[in-house]
Amino acid sequence: MNVKDRLKLPPVAMPEQDPKARIRNLDEVPLGYTPEMAMEEAKRCLQCRTPFCVEGCPVGIDIPGFIKFIEDGDFKGAIRKMKERNLLPAVCGRVCPQEEQCQLFCTVGKAKKDPCKSVMIGKLERFIADWERTSGEQEKPAPVKPSGKKVAVIGGGPAGLTVAGDLVKYGHDVTVFEALHKAGGVLVYGIPEFRLPKEIVQSEVDYLESLGVKFRYNYVIGKTLPIAHILENYDAAFIGTGAGLPRFMRVDGENLLGVLSANEYLTRANLMKAYDFPRTDTPIVKGKKVITVGGGNVAMDCARTALRMGAERSLIVYRRAEEQMPARLEEIHHAREEGVEFHLLQNPVRLVGDDKGWICGAEVIKMELGEPDSSGRRRPVPVEGSEFIEETDTLIVAIGNSPNPLVPECFPELEVTRWGGIVVNEITGQTSVPGVFAGGDIVLGAATVILAMGHGRRAARAMNLYLSSGRWVDLDKAMDLCRAEVH
Amino acid sequence: MYQILHKEKLGPDIWLYRIKAPDVARYRKPGQFVIVRISENGERIPITIADVDNEEGSVTLIVQAVGKTTLEMTGLNPGDAVPTVTGPLGKPTHIENVGRVLCVGGGIGIAPLYPVARGMREAGNHVTSIIGARSADLLILEDRMRDASHEMIITTDDGTKGCRGFVTDSIRNLIDIGDSFDLCVAMGPPIMMKCVCDMTREYGIPTIVSLNPIMVDGTGMCGCCRVTVGSAVKFACVDGPEFDGHQVDFDELITRLSTYRNQERESLERFGSESGCRLDAVLEGGRA
Repeated sequence: MNVKDRLKLPPVAMPEQDPKARIRNLDEVPLGYTPEMAMEEAKRCLQCRTPFCVEGCPVGIDIPGFIKFIEDGDFKGAIRKMKERNLLPAVCGRVCPQEEQCQLFCTVGKAKKDPCKSVMIGKLERFIADWERTSGEQEKPAPVKPSGKKVAVIGGGPAGLTVAGDLVKYGHDVTVFEALHKAGGVLVYGIPEFRLPKEIVQSEVDYLESLGVKFRYNYVIGKTLPIAHILENYDAAFIGTGAGLPRFMRVDGENLLGVLSANEYLTRANLMKAYDFPRTDTPIVKGKKVITVGGGNVAMDCARTALRMGAERSLIVYRRAEEQMPARLEEIHHAREEGVEFHLLQNPVRLVGDDKGWICGAEVIKMELGEPDSSGRRRPVPVEGSEFIEETDTLIVAIGNSPNPLVPECFPELEVTRWGGIVVNEITGQTSVPGVFAGGDIVLGAATVILAMGHGRRAARAMNLYLSSGRWVDLDKAMDLCRAEVH
Repeated sequence: MYQILHKEKLGPDIWLYRIKAPDVARYRKPGQFVIVRISENGERIPITIADVDNEEGSVTLIVQAVGKTTLEMTGLNPGDAVPTVTGPLGKPTHIENVGRVLCVGGGIGIAPLYPVARGMREAGNHVTSIIGARSADLLILEDRMRDASHEMIITTDDGTKGCRGFVTDSIRNLIDIGDSFDLCVAMGPPIMMKCVCDMTREYGIPTIVSLNPIMVDGTGMCGCCRVTVGSAVKFACVDGPEFDGHQVDFDELITRLSTYRNQERESLERFGSESGCRLDAVLEGGRA
């Protein structure tokens, strides 16, 4: 097939559950490609000699490489190619913002002047990962000679899991310390079942365990074991404790009943399976009219979860306009399809309670867009005198998270920024303490799963170099030598 | 999994457990708590650590059956294991020699008070304790508290043991006969802590309380346990659980504890009908 013919092919749509049906269940919304659909979509890849898509990928997957295998129907080859770079493709294929990464740089999308018409790289990634999981043809890398070095990974989220997977393949003895009772971090407590089935996260964790990674659950490092214990008993450590500290709006009435953080709402619904209450023991607030404040993916997750918890109306209240929403287009699209109402250019200034202490309304002020701010987005400015009361019985605050202060607080030698992020060398993930690396949201603030994994990938390389050479100073220069390979 | 090593009945619906969790036991300090989950579909509940035994690597937890999880827990026995005992969480009690310390415990709150009273005594303080319960059979840890204190007063609401009345009546009596205290530590039901704080504020006695809001993760992630202390909003799980009692908004705490009351009742009734448990006493007691 020549380039011209390939360019003529339209993107293959992935079938989805009907919006009316899906808000009554927790099953995944997109249903996945069949092998035929995947092979058809793979034909759209031009196999560019200089693949710009790869440069858009934080972990540098050989994208044309794995797609070629799919086109040829060699799914085993495709997954092998994928796993050279990405250990968690079933997760990334679902939650990566591909439209801002690989698919933004895709030549096909550029030729069509529409990134939505790029090769559906994320959907192909998901297909190949699901094929492997369901075909039972999972391959394991050949066992490696133990290095005799012990590594502690603090936090079992996307960054930590990536570090663990990479380091165990180098032969190191890796233990992941997870504060909660399940590994996966935001993948299990935050992202809802209908976007990322927990069974998939568990199978990725099981895979790492089968490679020899040890998991210690219910271990809060700094509490259950002091930092000193980790430093004495392990040759290196990676801190990936995430951005778990919820921000609140600091308005009157925020401690009323029925007002909760996105973290609390989603943790109850996802990790604690409150959707199954009372068959499970954790309750959740089931509002009739639920307001979610915020415009990111987390806000979309809350608003869509609320519908599945039985809300009659689910509102997004966001202080900027739709173009400025940080949520992925796909998430906004799915939310709208399901009936989530978007109340844009509005901001709650005060919450009002009834005589029992429950929220009964939010005083909301209208906003208009002013001059651009430091983020380049036009700053929302309140319209004086435009306040009105929006009645509600539940309000979820989804305006972001800050780095989790628990480990830094127990570890005074560790240098942190003013806003609580751990200071690292950007190339290596080295912290101010020799032998200790960090990455993911504890460094970045609340970012994305794939950026955390990119951090983990780079840190794992540096950690391996450190463990084999004992060299801490100028580790980034040594890394530079293999940078082309690192990407 | 965390093995239950020992179980002992302290009163009607009140049980003491020693559960094997060596790392938690080794690093725990008075005032800290654990998050416990008793089954795969279980909720995460905070329980303050009453004691540890580093020889057998256990933590001592004292649990009153007031809801579905705590009632179900009473059905667990030595040899059984629970999937989660995470900790020690929260900031430890600030223990130093300040002179005379008044330790006030009510009901199940005597359990977390005991290690603090002992710590205060070991630090060289003169410790006076007042422990109270609704009635004699609900009074726990009497002997241990006596060992941890230089003097101790018992009160019961119904007069079945010690002085009839509330712990606050005894505080007032002590002050009236000329006792003075440099610090008060109060642990118990929120309404008791509130009353104690109102009284010690009047007498100018600095007062520490240990708060028991609803929690999920216990590591500062969900914000469910937020409490107003002075003009600030704090997370009890990481900033507490102990705070300056004179600054705590107890009314808000008490209201917030009722967030899930209907669901808690639904869960309990469902459990009762499935297990054939007698629930009347538990339902009457409400959430401690």
